Amino acid sequence: MKNIRIEYFAVLREQAGLDSETLSTAAETPQQLFAELNERYAFPQLQSVKVAINDEFADMQTPLHDGDAVVFIPPVAGG
Amino acid sequence: MLQFAIQDADLQPDQWRQELLDPACGGYASFEGWVRNHNDGEDVLRLEYQAYAALALKEGQRILAEAAEKFPIAHAKCVHRTGALEIGGMAVWVGVSGGHRDECFQACRYIIDEVKHRVPVWKKEHYRNGDSGWVNCEACAAGGDHDNGHRHD
Repeated sequence: MKNIRIEYFAVLREQAGLDSETLSTAAETPQQLFAELNERYAFPQLQSVKVAINDEFADMQTPLHDGDAVVFIPPVAGG
Repeated sequence: MLQFAIQDADLQPDQWRQELLDPACGGYASFEGWVRNHNDGEDVLRLEYQAYAALALKEGQRILAEAAEKFPIAHAKCVHRTGALEIGGMAVWVGVSGGHRDECFQACRYIIDEVKHRVPVWKKEHYRNGDSGWVNCEACAAGGDHDNGHRHD
């Protein structure tokens, strides 16, 4: 198991009811982690979700490591 | 100077314009994004912006560097607001100075377009009818059903 710190923004923050948390997880990739979180929080269906690991964009299939900080990024809407 | 910033306080374009002054520059172009009182047929009362600051700053800075690589500009700055904004409030500001107008206009356009697409900032709209929603988000529920006509620009 790995300890992963997750920070939530926008609709994911509202749905999780949390700004951040640290989870002990068996997820190997952000994809698996998102599926695990989705089971817990039932996020609304999103057109796309991107991921950042340790404050840098990453692929949903990137291997996760103990101590990683993960942020899932729903469709952005700046400007 | 290439500088991207995020702030929770009102934007100060007059001050930032001064930072872009340069005797070698013959042109300056700027863009202000304002909070509009309607979106997708809904009356919008106010907005709230949230940013993933650590990544937003990196991505914003990358966009400015790209603009400076694509167009022969001297300086570019972009600042995005976070927090609550009222109608008419300034949500984002872009300023570019360079030798000539053409590169300034083009770089300014490039920066605002890329910022809207790539920088992790989210906008929550509060509507007159009491509803609220994260733009590009809950509206995309139900498998990307676009029958509400909202745009993905």
